Amino acid sequence: VSPQGAVVIVGSGQSGGRAAEALRQGGHNGRITLIGDESHAPYERPALSKEFLSSAAVEKLAWVRPHAWYSEVAITTLHGRRAVGIDRARHVVELDLGTPVEYRTLILTTGARPRQLTVEGADHPLVSYLRTIEDSQELQRRLSPGARIVVIGAGFIGMEVAATAVSRGCAVTVLELAELPMARVIPRQLGDFYADFHRRKGVDLRLATAVSRITDEQGRALVHTDGGAPILADAVVVGIGVIPNVELAQGAGLDTDNGIVVDEYGRTCDPHIYAAGDVTSHFNSLLGRRVRLESWQNAQNQAIAVARNILGAGIPYAEVPWFWSDQYELNLQIAGIPRADDEIVGRGVPGGNGPVLCFHLREGRLVAAIGINSARDVRFGKEIIAMGGSPTATELSDPAVTLASLYAAAKRSAKAA
Amino acid sequence: VAATGQADAGVGLVTLCDAADVTPDMPLRVVVADAAYAVFNLDGQFYATQDQCTHGPGSLAEGFLVGAEIECPFHQGRFDIRTGRATAAPCTQALRIWTVHAIEGRLCIDPAEFRAEEL
Repeated sequence: VSPQGAVVIVGSGQSGGRAAEALRQGGHNGRITLIGDESHAPYERPALSKEFLSSAAVEKLAWVRPHAWYSEVAITTLHGRRAVGIDRARHVVELDLGTPVEYRTLILTTGARPRQLTVEGADHPLVSYLRTIEDSQELQRRLSPGARIVVIGAGFIGMEVAATAVSRGCAVTVLELAELPMARVIPRQLGDFYADFHRRKGVDLRLATAVSRITDEQGRALVHTDGGAPILADAVVVGIGVIPNVELAQGAGLDTDNGIVVDEYGRTCDPHIYAAGDVTSHFNSLLGRRVRLESWQNAQNQAIAVARNILGAGIPYAEVPWFWSDQYELNLQIAGIPRADDEIVGRGVPGGNGPVLCFHLREGRLVAAIGINSARDVRFGKEIIAMGGSPTATELSDPAVTLASLYAAAKRSAKAA
Repeated sequence: VAATGQADAGVGLVTLCDAADVTPDMPLRVVVADAAYAVFNLDGQFYATQDQCTHGPGSLAEGFLVGAEIECPFHQGRFDIRTGRATAAPCTQALRIWTVHAIEGRLCIDPAEFRAEEL
């Protein structure tokens, strides 16, 4: 691929913005066109369930670059426009409106959309989802003190919304099918701690509870469950996962499998088409398998890696997945991909004064580090995971053994090997 | 780890900490006159930057040193501690940096003498 050929990026979220930025910074001087159905320049979404949701203050939003920057570096932005088809033979992207856009190289950063609730009454006007600035603004207007808020799903988004809403003085009920919050990722001991923490903050957290239907009650929503009385709500927020936006790729005959299938360079099965971010099912050589990640880190760094590879870098994208969630004064960080059947080693007492971490060991190797307000320790853990280090359970559980020293030991044995 | 410095090292200079307090793997956060600094030890050479990341609320002293680059614990953006320059996304704006004077085993800076590179 000639580095100077026209690059078209479909999807103007964090990934699309970072890909465009990295292309220009990497010396690409050909045309770059960024197409997205949102009316904004690329921005980061984490604040939408936290700082921005709490205040709707625009300064709480993190833009990938200021709006004016795109035209300054000659990146054409087509915001509020939808790509409806890819003609791979003619190398053009068809739009909902206007002339098709020609590409030499195409990057798909189409992201993911919230999974829809399917119970009866899920189309009640007070039921909403959280993905965009507008979603967050609309919900923020409903989070007035005393308002009754029902959150469906105790994943990261749901628990962050619950924390924000209860902090604003709302009466918050969270309904979750599983027995613990965030149970897909964090181990039982941390799940128990988070459940207690939210309850002490005033959240009515109902676990192992299914929503059966939603009805209208004089303009408010009435949420029925399989246990207890129905709950009256001024807003119902659904956070039950996301679905990758693969339709455009599928329509063009590209391989998809819970995401657009790409290799470690971000290439699809068409050598002129790449993909990055939430939408990709990508091969990660550190993990030895394909993964689809819904994270800030992957949205940014896979996009940058793809841009560099388009410019000829030839460097595989392989990072230890890393993720964070802020709820109240708790900063949760996760490095690696924890599994429930790993050997799990705890350090520190949740709710105590010291650092709190959980480590996952698989076949003797550290595969995940999860910490509460322990960013640096998780970071050392991430490095040990990347090196395939194998600290012992005894070392990991002993607060007197610093993660810095375990990292140093892993570095020494990596050098010796 | 946090420490409080003292303005006792001579005209203009303030002491941040003892050189022995900063190891290569563990940068140190020091607050002097309401300003927070991050102090680094890079193979025996000392550097001081503003502690707060220019992108968000991360404390760089809580970060992770990768070669001469400090990685912020909040979003894992990076800066070169020798120049203050932002080296990895999402960071773009340079850090303020200070020349560290090692005087009789103590690390000192002149708070008024900082540099910050333009992008």
